Amino acid sequence: MSNVSITFQNTDDARFLVEAIVEDNPGAVVSVMPALTKIDCADRLSIRRETIENKLGRPFDLQELQLSLITLAGNVDEDDESFTLAWKTGAPHRHS
Amino acid sequence: MNAMPPPKHRKLSLKERYAHLTRGLSWETTYQPMSKVFPFADYEGIKIHDWDAWEDPFRLTMDAYWKYQAEKERKLYAVIESFAQNNGHLNVTDARYINALKVFLTGVSPLEYSAHRGYAHVGRHFVGAGPRIACQMQAIDELRHAQTQIHTISHYNKFFDGLHDARHMHDRVWYLSVPKSFFEDACSAGPFEFLTAISFSFEYVLTNLLFVPFMSGAAYNGDMATVTFGFSAQSDEARHMTLGLEIIKFMLEQDEGNVPIVQRWIDKWFWRGYRLLAIVSMMMDYMLPKRVMSWAEAWEMYFEQAGDALFNDLSRYGIRKPKYHEVASKEKSRLSHEVWTTFYNYSQATAFHTWVPTEEEQDWLSAKYPDTFDRLYRPRFQCWSEMEAQGKRYYNPTLPQLCVVCQIPMIFTEPDDPKTICFRSTEYKGEKYHFCSDGCKDIFIYEPEKYMQSWLPVHQIYQGNCGGADLKDVLAWYHLNFGADNFDYKGSPDEKLWNEWQAQRSVNEA
Repeated sequence: MSNVSITFQNTDDARFLVEAIVEDNPGAVVSVMPALTKIDCADRLSIRRETIENKLGRPFDLQELQLSLITLAGNVDEDDESFTLAWKTGAPHRHS
Repeated sequence: MNAMPPPKHRKLSLKERYAHLTRGLSWETTYQPMSKVFPFADYEGIKIHDWDAWEDPFRLTMDAYWKYQAEKERKLYAVIESFAQNNGHLNVTDARYINALKVFLTGVSPLEYSAHRGYAHVGRHFVGAGPRIACQMQAIDELRHAQTQIHTISHYNKFFDGLHDARHMHDRVWYLSVPKSFFEDACSAGPFEFLTAISFSFEYVLTNLLFVPFMSGAAYNGDMATVTFGFSAQSDEARHMTLGLEIIKFMLEQDEGNVPIVQRWIDKWFWRGYRLLAIVSMMMDYMLPKRVMSWAEAWEMYFEQAGDALFNDLSRYGIRKPKYHEVASKEKSRLSHEVWTTFYNYSQATAFHTWVPTEEEQDWLSAKYPDTFDRLYRPRFQCWSEMEAQGKRYYNPTLPQLCVVCQIPMIFTEPDDPKTICFRSTEYKGEKYHFCSDGCKDIFIYEPEKYMQSWLPVHQIYQGNCGGADLKDVLAWYHLNFGADNFDYKGSPDEKLWNEWQAQRSVNEA
């Protein structure tokens, strides 16, 4: 088992992002440091647009994450509804 | 004529918008063969069967890119202006801290510009539109980073020494040949090696160590301006890191024959990047008056733990952890001390100041490095303090031997013996070449024709190519202001000015 992680600046928006992530990912561990907050979670972490919108009280485009993001670890998959970080296992799909 | 209302279009999804951007922009050329249009695509031996298999998982389109980058710039420049208008430099914890910014501006910021050029170049030379667009965006990001760093730090240049000619210094000053040659090595490689070097090994595996704990430290030391450019740059970095991981996976998925080539590049560029970050270890442990975490703790968090997760993920492709990662971990309790004591020795020739850490700071180092600090390094600081008290501040008058690959003086110790300097050497075409480590020696042996051309500052000084034979001549050639930019922090014009400000503040408060 490996941790994925995401780190945000301590901005006003990011406060709600962190709340939303904790709500959607029960295993998430939050560490607050000067100017930044790091969230670690075993294997996989999902950020859902709907949860963030409920917290923020306004429409939210997941690409707005770019404004608060500092760093991340894990394979990214983003669409309109969710932003997911995951480590993968199993054989790769290889072309040749 | 009946005017028909325009048909109402459903808003395209993120995936659809990205597909339109990256699948229509690539075509098979007809006037010229593809091999002439993309001359660097094949020679590194990487086989790509389907360029369309590459996708940016952020799926960033140009309109979104401009929108969010513009927002980042607005926020950043509002902070920088406010910092300047409110004399933010008065609020840093201590003027010694500014010396970390001097290292940053002369050592790191020019690399942002080099990265801009490197990504513009490889962005032109990839056959697939997906990586071309990601590289193009990154080229623009890197130019932005260079500009924002110069703008931010220019404020400090009004008050502190050593910040006045970073671009010129980057091309000449001895210790700056370390970052300069690192990037020139990457930029003179092929496009796939460049991305493995910079996007993967540097951005994904190592830059967290530079931007995250160090910038958090800048915040802790009251430097709002630096934190802001640091995090503004780092917000692009998450995208750059993702490009790094995606390009690695893309190469590994496209052809099994790519695996050994990629592994060799990962080994090489992990070691090159790790050696480059030696200076960051010193910035974290010695140059922040208030410290967030030690270099060793940052190494554990950002390389040992995060690297385990990453290389565990890549192991399914047959990739293992980079060679000599265990040497880097063995060095974690001595790296910053070996580097800081070296710069302390040579402060007569640097564009920043050094100092003996205070007793309180030495106690912090001792607590963070219980196995090494009191035994190996505290006695040196005691000796130097005593010499300083007698008016004999120690400066080393002999130029050091340099490693031909990383260009760092031969200061590192044997992996299993911190009391013995690590010397390695080899012969090539009748000449002897010296290295600081097995990692650097391996790199030379694989590409001797490249590294035998290294521009080594010490050799160049001895050959008479650096302004003259005396220290003052060489420093003039570097554009260093002798007596202001160099020597110990104690007695420097920086210290005098800072003390005057503090005295004024006490008077005002009384």
